[in-house]
Amino acid sequence: MLSVGVGEAQAAPGTPSILATILKWTPLLAQGFALNITMSFLAMAIGTVLGLALGLGLISVIRPVRGFSWLVTQFFRNAPWLVLLFYCILLMPFDVRIGGTIVPLPGWAKATAGLTLPVMANVAELVRGAVQSIPAGQWEASEALAFSRLQTLRLVILPQCVKRMTPPWMNLYALVVVGTPLASIVGVNEAMTLTGDVLSSEGRTELLVPMYLYLLAWFFAYCYPIARATVALERRFQVP
Amino acid sequence: MGWTSDQPLIRMRDVRKKFGALAIIDGISIDVMKGEVICIIGPSGAGKSTLLRCINALVPIDSGSITVEGQEVNDPKLDKLALRRKVGMVFQQYNLFPHRTALANVMMAPLHVLKRGRAEVEAEARALMRKVRLDGKEDSYPGELSGGQQQRVAIARSLAMQPDVMLFDEVTAALDPETVKDVLVTIRELAEEGMTCVIVTHEMGFAREVADQIYLTDRGVVVEHGPPAEFFTNCRDERTRQFLSQVL
Repeated sequence: MLSVGVGEAQAAPGTPSILATILKWTPLLAQGFALNITMSFLAMAIGTVLGLALGLGLISVIRPVRGFSWLVTQFFRNAPWLVLLFYCILLMPFDVRIGGTIVPLPGWAKATAGLTLPVMANVAELVRGAVQSIPAGQWEASEALAFSRLQTLRLVILPQCVKRMTPPWMNLYALVVVGTPLASIVGVNEAMTLTGDVLSSEGRTELLVPMYLYLLAWFFAYCYPIARATVALERRFQVP
Repeated sequence: MGWTSDQPLIRMRDVRKKFGALAIIDGISIDVMKGEVICIIGPSGAGKSTLLRCINALVPIDSGSITVEGQEVNDPKLDKLALRRKVGMVFQQYNLFPHRTALANVMMAPLHVLKRGRAEVEAEARALMRKVRLDGKEDSYPGELSGGQQQRVAIARSLAMQPDVMLFDEVTAALDPETVKDVLVTIRELAEEGMTCVIVTHEMGFAREVADQIYLTDRGVVVEHGPPAEFFTNCRDERTRQFLSQVL
């Protein structure tokens, strides 16, 4: 707010106030932010599905499956997100042909794919950790009741894992959301890119600080409630 | 099959199992006839629980033979699931599924393993809950039940598979003293109905009362066995006398 005040004082007569400028561009920024949220949703949804499969691979009784899953998990978990984004942008084609129709692959879709990969690897680790945290007695009891391994996982182990995984999974989602502005570097028109565009078209240096602060506020308003909900859930799920 | 009910339902011959260099089971032979109740007693770490886990193939044995109704357990081609349908097991720590209600715990295996109809399974599960004197607790989650109640749900859950033999692994060892009795009463009723039972226990009074045969194991071998009256009054082995003087 201080910076807004300073900017106000410096503004030349005749130019609109900083607040008015921010308000003017708010619909555009909201559009960009909607893209951030869309990318985070998709990356999280697809990454979770893939991560579940990969996580089951990590605990597979078949050694090659376990080894391969471990390699994939470690690779994507330890890769910088930005590097993965670049890879996806540069390596994926502009369009794909699905059954005769050409489907264009816009930048944001490729960026989403880039974010999906680390989500997948992190979810896989969450699954593995949660499964291993279930007491051995649960496996033993299921085996003694003649459940197959798959039935044991589906009916006994995984349902208990969901509870344990939800708080760290929400944490991961918040990280993905704040990671989406990375896509601006590869030219996706999300909130960060648009903020830059607005600033260059306005050409007023006094707008720099308030505009980026405004952008931060958007992310904070979205992510902070998630963090609070995570803490509340953790408290509720604490094993008595 | 070639198995008839005049042969031992469980026949163990020279069973051996090592954990690393340690021989947990070092040549045990026990026969359990249909309808018989066997109690296995002995100091902790004597391999009693491991022996039970060998019977339903939760733990593979190194050598020797275990047959259940004529089916060899020590066989790489063993159909473990078929074996476990015949052998029920109750654990020291109950191991109920905490995310399902008591009734759902009892119903799960018949529904998903035996693929039986829900209505029929539910009726039987409710009857089993009455049998273990827990009617009214059907919709409680395990976390809401006392240890003794949980253990009785675990017994009902195991009975729901209509096993031919029940294995009890120190089922009262983790319980508060006041809830032990209800669990023992439930097991005694089962024994009286003719259920074949192999019971690992530290409850000497109970073993004496319910067992047809008592086996004392120590360091992986059977030290002494016999019917309770004989076993407790004129035991021959020094180790048996020592053990009994410690626990009685």
